Amino acid sequence: MYAQMVKSEAANDDPALLAAFQARIDAGERIEPKDWMPDAYRKTLIRQIGQHAHSEIVGQLPEGNWITRAPTLERKAILLAKVQDEAGHGLYLYCAAETLGVTRDDLTEQLLSGRMKYSSIFNYPTLTWADIGAVGWLVDGAAIMNQVPLQRTSFGPYARAMVRICKEESFHQRQGYDLITKMAQGTAEQKAMAQDALNRFWYPSLMMFGPSDKDSVHSTQSMAWKIKINTNDELRQKFVDQTVPQAKYLGLTVPDENLKWNDDKDGWDFSEPDWNEFYDVLKGNGPCNTDRLSARQKAWSDGAWFRDGLMAHAKKAEARRVAAKVAAE
Amino acid sequence: MSNEWPLWEVFIRGQHGLNHRHVGSLHAPDAELAMRHARDVYTRRNEGVSIWVVPSAQITASAPSDKGPLFEPANDKVYRHPTFYDIPDEVGHM
Ligand SMILES: [Fe+2]
Ligand SMILES: [Fe+2]
Ligand SMILES: [Fe+2]
Repeated sequence: MYAQMVKSEAANDDPALLAAFQARIDAGERIEPKDWMPDAYRKTLIRQIGQHAHSEIVGQLPEGNWITRAPTLERKAILLAKVQDEAGHGLYLYCAAETLGVTRDDLTEQLLSGRMKYSSIFNYPTLTWADIGAVGWLVDGAAIMNQVPLQRTSFGPYARAMVRICKEESFHQRQGYDLITKMAQGTAEQKAMAQDALNRFWYPSLMMFGPSDKDSVHSTQSMAWKIKINTNDELRQKFVDQTVPQAKYLGLTVPDENLKWNDDKDGWDFSEPDWNEFYDVLKGNGPCNTDRLSARQKAWSDGAWFRDGLMAHAKKAEARRVAAKVAAE
Repeated sequence: MSNEWPLWEVFIRGQHGLNHRHVGSLHAPDAELAMRHARDVYTRRNEGVSIWVVPSAQITASAPSDKGPLFEPANDKVYRHPTFYDIPDEVGHM
């Protein structure tokens, strides 16, 4: 999930208004920006959509890392298109968050100052070309698990952004699986790279769904509001069940000694990721946290003169247009 | 931080001659760049044959509280729908 551990707010509005609001959600109605909503719903959503948007934007960095080194022109074009889509996803989501009354600059500022988070997964490095396959296959695969149900989320602009995003994600996962298939079926060295990529990305991918349900403190309210549709553990199980056969097909081994088919639950038993590592990465101590944030800070400050220049030009051109119109009258 | 680009609403006409439809919004300094951004953000897969961009500040929207007065009067005017009228089978399709 791109939005992990989103802190939900306690609602303390007029009980009658709250009940009417909840009834709308229970009836499957969409909440639109101008509708009345509890302050806590608004704040939680800004946090969740913002975190999701930041993840799409920061998520471009590990993949962008390989654009200039893609092994063929076709792979380069594919990766460029994929990374461009992620920029688009970030923009759809920022716009959805802005309908709740927060500004784009404010969201950006909160990311850059570390007050808002992005998904822990993007703090891991992409060391080899096989990692690009693993990212599409596993990371986008895990994101899809979470994003498909969010198309039915209660907040209209968020749900509509999710619909657009989901249409594009399938390409992301398939190009990744296609890439890693080529590696897994290649030379012994390539196959070893594919296995190594799976080894390194497996547990961080499982962490994407957030902590185990028994430790997930913010879920109940969010689920009542339908801004969270499934529990973390439900989605994680679904992801494992979907991914294990895909790894088998590649002849790769999921790095988990406890992985075992369980007939009773009709799914795989698997080891939990190391949650201490997860909390540590969220705190800023992952392998790439510093790099990722400083890349975003640099892009933002290096681009400032350009953004300001375009705005100054637009204002001058508009003033000239108005003056010419007045002169003509 | 105060110099944020203004917000624009983006409308796109799809392939099949339908109306322009609202697809989302974006920030841009002026109309020309709003158009270019709209093309990059909203039509990467042939989604459209025509784009409109409109400054969001120029849109007047109805308020949620106006829902009743605006739309409820239509509820009791069932005679505006063709299904209100029974046409004898003998007459054929109408
Ligand atoms: Fe995405
Ligand atoms: Fe993604
Ligand atoms: Fe993606």
